[in-house]
Amino acid sequence: MALTDSEIANLEKRAENIRETILKMLVAAGSGHTAGPLGMADIFTAFYFHILAHDPANPEWQERDRLVLSNGHIAPVRYAAMAHAGYFPVEECLTLRKFGTRLQGHPERMRLPGLETTSGPLGEGLSQAAGIAYALRMDGRKNRVYVLMSDGEQEEGNTWEAALFTGKHKLSNLTAVMDRNNIQIDGMTEDVMPLEPLADKYRAFNWHVLEVNGNDIRAFIVAVDEAKAIYEKPTLIIAHTIPGKGVPEIEFDYRWHGKPPTKEEGERFLREVRTMGGKVRGEYA
Amino acid sequence: MLNQNAKLSAKVFADDIEKAPTRDGFGHGAVEAGKADPNVVVLCADLSESTRAEWFQKEFPERFIEMGVAEQNMATVASGMAAAGKVPFIASYAAFSPGRNYEQIRTTIALNERHVIVCGMHAGVSVGPDGATHQMLEDIGMMRMLPRMTVIVPGDAEEARRAVVAAARADGPFYLRFARAATPVFTTSETPFAIGKALTLWESEAPKVAILSTGSLSYAALEAARTLEAEGIQAIVLHVPTVKPLDEAAVLAAAERAGRVLTIEEHQAAGGFGSAVAEFLAERHPVAVHRLGVRDQFGQSGEPDELLRHYGLDTLHIESAVRALLAA
Repeated sequence: MALTDSEIANLEKRAENIRETILKMLVAAGSGHTAGPLGMADIFTAFYFHILAHDPANPEWQERDRLVLSNGHIAPVRYAAMAHAGYFPVEECLTLRKFGTRLQGHPERMRLPGLETTSGPLGEGLSQAAGIAYALRMDGRKNRVYVLMSDGEQEEGNTWEAALFTGKHKLSNLTAVMDRNNIQIDGMTEDVMPLEPLADKYRAFNWHVLEVNGNDIRAFIVAVDEAKAIYEKPTLIIAHTIPGKGVPEIEFDYRWHGKPPTKEEGERFLREVRTMGGKVRGEYA
Repeated sequence: MLNQNAKLSAKVFADDIEKAPTRDGFGHGAVEAGKADPNVVVLCADLSESTRAEWFQKEFPERFIEMGVAEQNMATVASGMAAAGKVPFIASYAAFSPGRNYEQIRTTIALNERHVIVCGMHAGVSVGPDGATHQMLEDIGMMRMLPRMTVIVPGDAEEARRAVVAAARADGPFYLRFARAATPVFTTSETPFAIGKALTLWESEAPKVAILSTGSLSYAALEAARTLEAEGIQAIVLHVPTVKPLDEAAVLAAAERAGRVLTIEEHQAAGGFGSAVAEFLAERHPVAVHRLGVRDQFGQSGEPDELLRHYGLDTLHIESAVRALLAA
């Protein structure tokens, strides 16, 4: 069922709130990744507020869809989205990366209910999602499995081992989403290690491939719906995102891959997020 | 003298003692575990015959998953299957799993606390002709350093079968180590076995040395003890299949009683079972410890017996090491 304009507007508003939380938590943490989490805020919003069957009050609910985050370094966006969805208080986001926190620098399943895996080391999420999807299918269960991965981790051999396996077994209950933001720590992906043509590569591995603007919530939801309708193959959605989306100073700048804003930068960036759409919404609290 | 409570094979010192490789114990145990629990699955990386995973495959084809030559994917897919309620065994040669996929095991199985049973086959120099690339000698060390990981090195095929069944019933991450060569089956189905428990094979009245051994070399230790007894050297032989968690009470009791400890393993002397024993005793009850293992070398091609002899891990070397320890 198509979403109404007002439903989309509500989701966009949530994405904006999530971006604000991400900036605040990174400033408070004093370390962490900025560009990826901001770029993926729209997709996480779409998952937690529209796509996923899930229950924040019962994270182990058997019938839930599984959302596996492979590139664990963008954890701030997952934490922020989970907090806004009701898994834990939004204020807890400010404990990110601090001693004793449940919000570890890279996500640890044993510390925070609602994470499906422990992740950070790259190239491992697709395999784990494939294992979950394979086991669910063995048991005749209908849950869907989503895995979010980065473009940089397409350089890992493990990713392609998993792509072979998933294609071989036609795991159509699995949908992979690649955050194609073209940056990694050392620079632009195509300079560090050319990855294109990514769509053709996955098609050659027996996948159904879609490409979409990953900062367009409506387009992303439409793509996920199409993936559900593909029964013969797993689907990869290559989501073209703008790294740092929402903060013009960060957008497209790979140097923001792995560093947080300072307090002063954070205040400025928050004002920028709040002017998205040309509408100023109050001062930094 | 033999510990009668160990209920060892009636043929324990007979020339015609049954021999079988511990990997056969994996094959039998996996089938048994599969019958007991419909969630047991076996993943194998293109080595189904030599790992004996095919025995499970024949019995439960729908629960056998051929991974191809992709050990990193095998470990991580297994983690995912465990997340969805399965009890996965992953089988390949120890040189590749955990040799190749250590980080996947570390992150997605150990840190992620998943009940996956990593089965490292063809471990040690007794792989024989394949040579150094395939003779894994560092796996016990790699795996025992991982928090949450239980590490078991069965002494024979029967104990291997029971370790496999026990690991399937337990919880958390496991590393089980198996060997290719046929070795004496000295335990029986009556022999006490529990994860985390050592087993006294031999104990004389006034022992001067405790021989602590893991894996199939425990049989060589037993033979050595018998020979030494005839020379008037009394000993304890403590077989320690579970390297981690170490049966500290049994190790301590043996060390206190004998006052000297010799450890034996088909593994690097650095970082493995002997290191685990030495670390524990250094803190709790310092005694003279000598570790028999491969000393900072790789293996090479040869027959299992000649390789064990070359690396100082056969019965004669164990006897010499005991005499040297007593003379020191």
